[in-house]
Amino acid sequence: MKLDFLRNFAEERRWIQGRIILVVCLAFVIAAVLVGRMATLQLFEYDRYAARSQDNRIRLAPIDPPRGNITDRRGKVLAENRPAFNLIIVPEQVSDINSLLRQLSAIVELTPKDLARFQQARTSSRSFQEIALKFDLTDIEVARLANDRHRFPGVEVQPRLTRHYPFGGSASHVIGYVSRINEQELRDSDRTRYRNASIVGKTGIEKAYEDRLQGYLGIAQIETNATGRPLQVLHQDHPQSGEDIQLTLDMELQQAAEAALGNWRGAVVALEPQTGAILALVSQPVFNPNQMVAGLDQDTFQALANAPGQPLFNRAISGRYPPGSVTKPFLGLAGLATENFGIHETLNCTGVYNLPNVSRTWRDWRPGGHGRIGFTQSVAQSCDIYFYELAHRMGIDLMHEWMTQFGFGQATGIDLPSERPGVMPSTEWKQNRLGEAWFPGETLNVGIGQGFMLSTPLQLASTTAMMANRGRPIRPHLLLSDNSEPPAPELESLTLKDERLWQLAIDSMVETVHGRLGTARAVGADLPYKIAGKTGTAQVIGLGPDEEYDEEAIEERFRDHAVFIAFAPADNPQIAVAVLVENGGSGSATAAPIGASVINTWLTDLEGWDELSLQSD
Amino acid sequence: MSLASSPINRTARTASTRLIQRILHLDMFLLTLLALLTGIGVVVLYSAFGGQIEPVKDHLARVAFGVVIMVVFAQIPPARLAPWAPVLFGTILAFLIAVLVMGQFGGGARRWLDFGIIQFQPSEVMKLALPLMMAWFLARTPIPPTFRITAIGLLLIAIPVGLIGLQPDLGTALVVGAAGASVLFLAGLRWRYLLLLFGLIASAAPVMWIFGMQAYQRARVLTFLDPNRDPLGAGYNIIQSQIAIGSGGLYGKGWLNGTQAHLDFIPERHTDFVFSVFAEEFGFLGVIAVLTLYLAIICRGLWIAHQAQDHFARLLAGGITMTFLVYSFVNIGMVSGVLPVVGLPLPLISYGGSSIVTLMAGFGILMSIHSHRRMWST
Repeated sequence: MKLDFLRNFAEERRWIQGRIILVVCLAFVIAAVLVGRMATLQLFEYDRYAARSQDNRIRLAPIDPPRGNITDRRGKVLAENRPAFNLIIVPEQVSDINSLLRQLSAIVELTPKDLARFQQARTSSRSFQEIALKFDLTDIEVARLANDRHRFPGVEVQPRLTRHYPFGGSASHVIGYVSRINEQELRDSDRTRYRNASIVGKTGIEKAYEDRLQGYLGIAQIETNATGRPLQVLHQDHPQSGEDIQLTLDMELQQAAEAALGNWRGAVVALEPQTGAILALVSQPVFNPNQMVAGLDQDTFQALANAPGQPLFNRAISGRYPPGSVTKPFLGLAGLATENFGIHETLNCTGVYNLPNVSRTWRDWRPGGHGRIGFTQSVAQSCDIYFYELAHRMGIDLMHEWMTQFGFGQATGIDLPSERPGVMPSTEWKQNRLGEAWFPGETLNVGIGQGFMLSTPLQLASTTAMMANRGRPIRPHLLLSDNSEPPAPELESLTLKDERLWQLAIDSMVETVHGRLGTARAVGADLPYKIAGKTGTAQVIGLGPDEEYDEEAIEERFRDHAVFIAFAPADNPQIAVAVLVENGGSGSATAAPIGASVINTWLTDLEGWDELSLQSD
Repeated sequence: MSLASSPINRTARTASTRLIQRILHLDMFLLTLLALLTGIGVVVLYSAFGGQIEPVKDHLARVAFGVVIMVVFAQIPPARLAPWAPVLFGTILAFLIAVLVMGQFGGGARRWLDFGIIQFQPSEVMKLALPLMMAWFLARTPIPPTFRITAIGLLLIAIPVGLIGLQPDLGTALVVGAAGASVLFLAGLRWRYLLLLFGLIASAAPVMWIFGMQAYQRARVLTFLDPNRDPLGAGYNIIQSQIAIGSGGLYGKGWLNGTQAHLDFIPERHTDFVFSVFAEEFGFLGVIAVLTLYLAIICRGLWIAHQAQDHFARLLAGGITMTFLVYSFVNIGMVSGVLPVVGLPLPLISYGGSSIVTLMAGFGILMSIHSHRRMWST
């Protein structure tokens, strides 16, 4: 450079050296900052980051507990866990998915629905995650796959437990079913017991005893990498199985009752009058609970729920029907106990009944009437006029008071979900419910178990048991408990001033089945034991004052419901039964034979055997 | 009395040290520090690669190649190197333009030139070429530089920085800019110019934010300001890196036992985030040791600059050392969340070819400057 001779190189050197020393200082400052930062992360905030690093790598995987089995009183399995086999594919282990699917479809049946669901799941899963291609492989498919396994890397047959109901539709309303937990249920659930893929009881015993049947989840601590791929199981807490549950139900009797009901829509309830233990509880039509476990899509479920006959509806505990004449022994007993009718008092039944100042005429079911008639024959022949007069004398509120003591219009407290109480009307009830005053004519309708009165078949069985027990109520229940004490009833014991009235009422019911003129005499002939029963024929539609009921002319769904209640043997009750046949016509023709058949099965075929088996247990 | 400490043996050892220093022109002190740090690098990379030996061998081969380059550069006296500065600078500038025009795509940006057998990243070499050019230029002009000289110097910096920034490669552009600027600073850039420069950068920042930066670069800055803004997206890297470092604690989780690293939570764990792997496995004590090594190398480099015998050597040695300082401390600052993530490897430890060769060439020049000193002056 031409100006070099002017430059003071020594000063320039010192200048640069000064800057170098500055840089040394700078380096120390930066190093100090970094050391400070590292100390913050590694020393002062160590706990926090150590925890986060731990959270990062460990995933807690729940392990489903086996659900408790459900058995009947003889130990027959009603609900169990059965291994099912799913076909699983791990996409990352498969080189050509499409060719694999082609090859697999030759071995197992793959529906377009299966394939669509698989492709859908593939787009939303990571390549190392298992995707189910087909659920519930048949045994033959499992065997074929086992044979050809070496040909298909990335294909697995995965066993898992699924709920199975060996009896299918039989007793399906009692047992209920399980299905995948929904969001609402999950939100309210105990997280040590349920996870998002848990199954949970949806109806029946499966729901009522969910708390016992469901165990506690096990937890596997699985080390995962950043993409969530599981690497190894670090620790495992085993799941705690659910409790097994034994029911009072007797599957033999249940199936006999179902067979007796045949193709009718309706319900049969049979129970032990002493304890309230339910022996059979039928609601028809039934549904197949095994179909529900796999999970129905929305459309199929809606179709099933709205199917004609409503198979998902438990008629025995939720169906509300006018009980009809089966209320007569109870109301008659109340009439005698309140001395509105004398024990030996009779009236002349002409087939018609009129109230003062009411233009309408009430008719007996038998045109022309029953003639002069007292309490026993009025029950046995189901004389309506006697009970119109009785109801008129008692008044609705006294009837309400007495019938409520028998359990009419009240839930029994059975250990099943969605029981309905029915209705035992009163002036107060009508005022609250409809905002209207009570009319005297309405009292007469309730007098023969019609009008506003509604009962469930279970309620009828329960009141029948109370009659059999002469005023001691029971609580119908399905859980067979180890301690001999049955669950406490909802009702108070009913004590009458004159205890002989119980026998009178029971005799009237025996007369119904075994009497010369009894409405159920057809079933009472040649029995080695006595049945105390009562038939009922409940109107579905109200008939006009002068209309005659003509079965042939009326559309099937408007036909009368047939009802029958009974217990037997009359002098030592072992079983109480209520039968309701929807649109079955008359109680004596349709319902009584079903009830008698259930009673006969229990008393002659099953009961003795049952005693032995229970003892040997 | 053992043989090792006998006077004769000591003389022999001193002689052999002198041989290495004088004949091979290597600086034993610097060489020892580099060997230690590179050794740590090999150990950490073995862990970062999950116990695979192949990539580590690959890395060692590159280190060996770097050592050869270092020895070669150490043989070139600074006076012989100086005239090549403008030539090298011009060539690399041409390559940078070539990269922009026809570069291979790599890592989302155009950075590589493919010469068939080797792929070559010109921006990497610019980390050395620019300080060389700046030292050559500023040594020929009065110190401290006048306003006109400063302006020309800034232009010399701006051109390569701009070209690299266009690739876009923010991290390298930053280091190259820092390399050039550090020479300017060492040359005694007056404080008022420095303040003016900072003012200019500060006022240009909003303009750069809107017009000059890619969306991903803006995201990085925002993420730096608040990593939890997007914990699974842009903030994920820095959060996981901090978890790795923090969970290392005082003693670390032990070699090959870093869960964050081995379970893939740390992104780019053998390149930019290798320090997190180290900090997780070796803890605060390990971190102190490595920071000390870096600081020692920087101090040795600055000492060499201080002892250098002409302006060119002083500025070049200082510039190379300051580049190394920025390079290493920006990376550590970035993985620990003190600085935004800019995509810089950790010198001497990270896996990567161009980086280690350029670094070793730089250290070769440093050694040359130190070892040619007396011979050149007498």
